[in-house]
Amino acid sequence: MELVLTVTAVVLSLAAAGAIVRIARGPSLLDRVLAADVLLAILGAALCIDMAVNRHLNNLMLLVAVSVIGFIGSVTVARFVADRREQLNES
Amino acid sequence: MNPDASAVDTAVDVVSAVFMIVGAVMSLAAAIGLLRFPDLMSRMHAATKPQVLGLFLLLAAVGLQLRTWWVWPVLLVAWIFQLLTVPVSAHMVGRAGYRTKHLHRELLSTDELEAVVLKAAEAAREQDSDGGR
Amino acid sequence: MSRRRISLRQELPLLVWLVIVWGALWQDFTPGNLLFGALLAVAVARLFYLPPVELSGRFSVLRAIPFAVQFLGRVVAASFQVFYLAVAQGPRVTNAVVAVPLRSHSDLMVTATGHVISLIPGSLVVEVDRSTSTLYIHGLNVRNADDVRKLRKEVRDTEAGLIRVMGTKEELEALNLEAAT
Repeated sequence: MELVLTVTAVVLSLAAAGAIVRIARGPSLLDRVLAADVLLAILGAALCIDMAVNRHLNNLMLLVAVSVIGFIGSVTVARFVADRREQLNES
Repeated sequence: MNPDASAVDTAVDVVSAVFMIVGAVMSLAAAIGLLRFPDLMSRMHAATKPQVLGLFLLLAAVGLQLRTWWVWPVLLVAWIFQLLTVPVSAHMVGRAGYRTKHLHRELLSTDELEAVVLKAAEAAREQDSDGGR
Repeated sequence: MSRRRISLRQELPLLVWLVIVWGALWQDFTPGNLLFGALLAVAVARLFYLPPVELSGRFSVLRAIPFAVQFLGRVVAASFQVFYLAVAQGPRVTNAVVAVPLRSHSDLMVTATGHVISLIPGSLVVEVDRSTSTLYIHGLNVRNADDVRKLRKEVRDTEAGLIRVMGTKEELEALNLEAAT
């Protein structure tokens, strides 16, 4: 279990670093939103691994809350971006 | 402890360990896709989809490790919840990306939506000018 | 917007789903808790009345299980395919937006097909035309007309599978007729 924990920690850290690079570089707002979503998903994966290794369920509702926040966040920003664009076209 | 039960225990441990590692690698796949793909739409394929499998594997690992039956429905609800939300947010971001011209046309081999969108925009403009008169 | 009552039989799957969520949130599946959950589910469905989801009232478990297994298999295969594409092809990947007309015109069917297609890596619904029930799908790594045809066939096959699981009788008959010819 120790070995699994180390391997997954390294893999997830690399993944998080990749997502953060995309947030910093992302040419557009939507790219950044997408990368932030991925970062949240990586956080969720880390919560899952914690539950599996330490055999408890305390994080489950936190996991659901994290995915809800990711969902609401990306939908809101996507709507906002689309709306702003349409108004620009009209004016 | 009899040897039979401990053998099963080890097998469950190994399976859940494999699930956890593959699940974590799926997150890495998302990050690699984010960095390597050229435009928003293909990045989205890499970003949202491997997470579905990744979370499934990780939740299965949690279920295997806890070894009680009543966690399975709970985990299933958490997973179905993700199944319901992921396509919606991907569709919203994708639609906004398409509308705001965030994709590179030269990377598309076929685009059967472009003509439809242009026609709709034309119709909307005509309606607007009719209303303005 | 007619406010006609839908039969309990049509509402039942949704009520069962609400009870399961209730049990999962309490992490408690004792009969007493489930009974209270069922009462709450009926109360919620009566008080917060939404436009009914028009289920066809037909659900074939026999077809649903192979469909779910096949779905999982495709998700696994396609996830690794996307991983491979990200590593091997990266910036040189070619995509396409493909229009796929669906057979069914019910909202539920179009939504379900779009969900399943979006969940399978490599394809994504960009736009839906509700009046003609056409899905516009963005496919990863679609290079030529052959790949476009393959993607379109995949979507139509997914819809056929969903119709077999929970389509109306009319849709099923049309599907059988199409398969026979």
